[in-house]
Amino acid sequence: MKSEYEWTRRNLIGIENLTPEEVTFILDTAVSFKKTMGRSVKKLPSLRGKVVANLFLEPSTRTRVAFEVAANRLSADVLTVSGSSSSITKGETLRDTAQNIEALKADMIVIRHSAPGSPLYLSQLVDIPVVNAGDGAHEHPTQALLDCFTLREKIGSLEGKKVAILGDILFSRVARSNIWALRKLGAHVTLVGPSTLVPGTFESMGAEVSHDLRSALTDADAVMLLRIQHERQSQMHFPSLGEYTSLFGLNRERTSWLKPEAVIMHPGPLNRGVEIDSDLADSSRSVILDQVTNGIAVRMAVLYLCASADEWQKREAVL
Amino acid sequence: MSVEPLIIEGGRIVDPSSNRDEVGDLFLRDGVVSTPFARDKARVIDAKGKVVSPGLVDIHVHFREPGQTHKEDVGSGTRAAAAGGFTTVVCMPNTSPPCDNPATIRYINNAIAENAVVKVHTTGCLTKGMEGDSLAPIGSLKKAGVVAVTDDGRCVQNNALMRQVATYSEMFDLPVMDHCQDTSLTEGSVMHEGDWSLRLGLKGWPAAAEDIIVSRNIILSELTRAHIHMQHVSSAGSVSLLRRAKQRGVAVSGEASPHHISLTDKYLGGYDPVFKMNPPLRSEDHRLALIEGLRDGTLDCIATDHAPHRNYEKDVELDSAPFGITGLETSLPVCLETLHRSSGFSLSEVIDLMTRKPAGLLDLQAGTLSEGADADVTIFDSEKEWTPTIDGFQSRSDNSPWLGQTLRGQVETTIVQGRIVYEDGKIL
Ligand SMILES: [Zn+2]
Repeated sequence: MKSEYEWTRRNLIGIENLTPEEVTFILDTAVSFKKTMGRSVKKLPSLRGKVVANLFLEPSTRTRVAFEVAANRLSADVLTVSGSSSSITKGETLRDTAQNIEALKADMIVIRHSAPGSPLYLSQLVDIPVVNAGDGAHEHPTQALLDCFTLREKIGSLEGKKVAILGDILFSRVARSNIWALRKLGAHVTLVGPSTLVPGTFESMGAEVSHDLRSALTDADAVMLLRIQHERQSQMHFPSLGEYTSLFGLNRERTSWLKPEAVIMHPGPLNRGVEIDSDLADSSRSVILDQVTNGIAVRMAVLYLCASADEWQKREAVL
Repeated sequence: MSVEPLIIEGGRIVDPSSNRDEVGDLFLRDGVVSTPFARDKARVIDAKGKVVSPGLVDIHVHFREPGQTHKEDVGSGTRAAAAGGFTTVVCMPNTSPPCDNPATIRYINNAIAENAVVKVHTTGCLTKGMEGDSLAPIGSLKKAGVVAVTDDGRCVQNNALMRQVATYSEMFDLPVMDHCQDTSLTEGSVMHEGDWSLRLGLKGWPAAAEDIIVSRNIILSELTRAHIHMQHVSSAGSVSLLRRAKQRGVAVSGEASPHHISLTDKYLGGYDPVFKMNPPLRSEDHRLALIEGLRDGTLDCIATDHAPHRNYEKDVELDSAPFGITGLETSLPVCLETLHRSSGFSLSEVIDLMTRKPAGLLDLQAGTLSEGADADVTIFDSEKEWTPTIDGFQSRSDNSPWLGQTLRGQVETTIVQGRIVYEDGKIL
């Protein structure tokens, strides 16, 4: 895991502030971790004796389990605090909860929270590394990293590649983190979906905005689908799931507009028959399950790098 | 009234109400501005190198009494006013309970009589309980002494009711002040809708939410002939709507706050709740439009919207933090920096926006140094640098974005009706 590059961040709050070199470095580190996943003995001793607190104040089974598996593979002990059991719902502030977790001598916090900015706020409150596992509509950095990891694995370098992100961009932290990550890695990003969910203001983040599915998908190297949550968007953002699917759902015919070797991604959970035809989701073009596996390797890399930077900085402070 | 006669000597007297900007002496006797009298009969204040202006006037402050006196009360709020050079303030009626009845006004008037160190005027609610459903007893509120009516903090959404409010208030010659916010466009919103909200993943608050209500109010002012004053105007759209309305003689007015003319939404980049306000800090183009509005008279005055919250209330995720900042103690230096030093306003123009003009809007006897007027005077050093600190604030709250920042321009002495109430950093 050694390289001439020096990783210095103890927190991972978002992709926006990372340099392209830092994004690449995490992905390269994850490649090494993925190799170890094929071994019969999967555990590495890197975080032995450390406690990783999973503070999930907004429900998310998939991401929470992925972080737990990643921490376990690094031999860390995992302490999970989830929304329903947390005293936050009983009026305790995030400051109180954070200080309690620190007092329990946790060495890292992985936080999922519905309020944008809460991981940054938390990182200012505690003296241990904080990893953002999704904050409202702001960022979901490890998802973007695992998406980029998967793309690099399937289509090679992202420099000059065309990636379409399709669906609910406005409310999506996955979209925001991916825009930053893909742009930093040199990809061209096209956002596509209804104008109510894909406002033109996203061009300020360096992406192209389109409301025409055909032009957005034509010659794309990859398409990332995002989950449509009609319940949350009520009737305000599009008239019905049926109308959405008829205009923006991915099916065999529309897939033919992509480059022949292009891949289909989805962060899950899928609405089969809404964002994507069910059999297409299970087809050879779909890399949805690779994303899940790669999520472990990427999160191992993030936990390992942030813990190492923290240890190194604390040692420097003593000397 | 037996107060010691005062001679303020050798200061630069800037009194826009009498077109005065000259070095000279100011004589105060029996609580009013007087003709010259003999030096040996008075206490002499050396004001050489300082500016001597009418006491500043703020028509938009929240003192949280009754109901939330852990944040502020009339005593601490008026001490903050005095420290900021304000001698007359108008407090908002969104207390707990709200000022929708004469008894609450009488309660506040008692607190003012007992604890205020500067002059305080009250306002009453537009609607009962500020619920936006039915008229408050505006006639009785007028009798109890309010100088205007407003549901500030909230905005009447029902246009028919707002029409009645305007018609009814006009009968009493009471200005209607409005917090302009179409709430259907701002549900869950925490900051200006723009590039920054998009990037930060925070729910945006479009400028249109204000523009729509400003348009509505202009139309209703035209219909009813009522004076409708737009509080804390924050958008370029509002400024241009007001400009056109005023050109055709509609009885509307508007105020701008020190924070909206000096700060923008980019300050929320670190998710710091101290920058969370209602209406939100907007983008640079809006900020510049507000300054142009003040320059050409479209916006009539500066008002702080002094909105105290304790620091633990703001020490939470941005989504959950309350809106608002304290403003009385930093308003003058912030306006001097933004308008005088950065935008070419003369000192006299800045003082006009903080004295004669706000007083005139609500017909308050304040904001002038003409002979016989109440001896309300502020003496400040327009160049002196200082740094606001938590301990240095008179306000009970310290939710100020200027904490720890260097400001230029410091109030040295505040005089209310001939009595020195604030001097050298201390309330007397
Ligand atoms: Zn207001």
